[in-house]
Amino acid sequence: MFKNVEELVRQAEEQNKRIYEIMIEQEIEQTQRSKEEILGTMAENLKVMKEAVKKGMEGVKSHSGMTGGDAKRIFDYMEKGRMLTDRTFLSAICYAIATNEVNAAMGVICATPTAGSSGVLPAVMLAAQEKLGVSDEVVVCHLFTAAAFGFVVANNASISGAAGGCQAEVGTASGMAAAALTEMAGGTPKQAAHAMAIALKNMLGLSCDPVAGLVEVPCIKRNAAGASNAMAAAEMALAGVESRIPCDEVIGAMYQIGLSMPMALKETALGGLASTDTGLWWKKKIQEM
Amino acid sequence: MKFKSAFDIIGPIMVGPSSSHTAGAVRIGQIARRIFRREPEEIDVYFFGSFATTYKGHATDVAVIGGVMDYETDDDRIPRAIEIAKESGIKVSFHVEEAIPKFPNTVKIILKKGKHTLDITGISIGGGAVEITELNGFELKLSGESPAMLILHRDAYGTIATVANILARHEINISHMEVSRLEKGHTALMVIESDQMIHQEIIDEISMGHNIQDVTILKE
Repeated sequence: MFKNVEELVRQAEEQNKRIYEIMIEQEIEQTQRSKEEILGTMAENLKVMKEAVKKGMEGVKSHSGMTGGDAKRIFDYMEKGRMLTDRTFLSAICYAIATNEVNAAMGVICATPTAGSSGVLPAVMLAAQEKLGVSDEVVVCHLFTAAAFGFVVANNASISGAAGGCQAEVGTASGMAAAALTEMAGGTPKQAAHAMAIALKNMLGLSCDPVAGLVEVPCIKRNAAGASNAMAAAEMALAGVESRIPCDEVIGAMYQIGLSMPMALKETALGGLASTDTGLWWKKKIQEM
Repeated sequence: MKFKSAFDIIGPIMVGPSSSHTAGAVRIGQIARRIFRREPEEIDVYFFGSFATTYKGHATDVAVIGGVMDYETDDDRIPRAIEIAKESGIKVSFHVEEAIPKFPNTVKIILKKGKHTLDITGISIGGGAVEITELNGFELKLSGESPAMLILHRDAYGTIATVANILARHEINISHMEVSRLEKGHTALMVIESDQMIHQEIIDEISMGHNIQDVTILKE
């Protein structure tokens, strides 16, 4: 069993395996389920991810009325073909928003690693799937790469906004997505670890300050930020850029920052954006609903 | 390690909007119901910490009740769980507590039916994973992810050995075990988590044991 990223990368290198193979083997050992069963469960997760993206792009609305319809707006904008970046990048942004709009509307999603951050990984993997032209089976495998990195964060730091702020949720998701994307695009285990470290570093200190306590503002758009950050980190890692601070130390720093963050910024809706004039206005409006 | 599976990270498939405040809450409610083993007439829910300040926005209230109704995390009846419970005559009340808990997302659930009462406290530790930390005053640590057996027994020598022997004879491996008691010589709670399913005949055998008061089984 690997306890940190260093061990994970070492095991993959020594056995000449991909990160996802190490994760799948550990899962078999831990749960005594067969490889086919385990891959089948992950394929179900991928199916839910795709359905959520599709539903979100058709346009949904949250019960509070605060969010919804932006994924469709972005899709329509893409169709006009006048975007500044490219289709892969904008698709990722669109899918991230779509998933989290469905989540806010109490639709069905796959938590990766949490519901509030559930848009990041599907967004990056599905946009990359279209770009790279890989099969669902390949994407399913690399969801285990993401799981391996998330697993280390969950056990050594936290994946809960209430315990570690948004850096623990969207930050972790962004790191997981960066690593999975790097490996799926042909990167080495070491490069995947650097991608994770780079992505997570860029998200350190991020507060969890949801308006009216709802997983809507700023969560939904922050998933788009997490997805674009993951793509930037993966591109850098694939180009050979390395994180000066090793991945495990970045995870340790994230944990420490989470501990020293005030309660008001850890999913209590008592500070930050939640306590702005407009944030408080929405809170009052929703309470009166 | 708190998280053991890849599917703790990628998953669960769930109704939004929050894995800790919605899916985790469903799971705690579900464990409460499965330990209680009957549909309650009354449900009292106490929210602490982040649960207390944001439970409405995260639908933690409907989630806990959905769990007590034994719904899974992706059940589309969850948004209507409180209404459904009330329609079937269950009395539901929520209480917001100001006490600062050890862990931010803490919920205490009291289930009542006739003379039966269950008082259970759980925490939601992120990504939908949970831990039960207190049961009828006994401190414990239970994830609900592997089959578990909760045995109420008299705090006397030999009881643990008796149970362990029965399990050994049936080739059941214990993966985690703890014992807690309120007062020396009175009632104690033994919690045994296992890698395998524990069948009814084993439960019956343990139930007949000297000093054993009650056996509850918790499946995955």
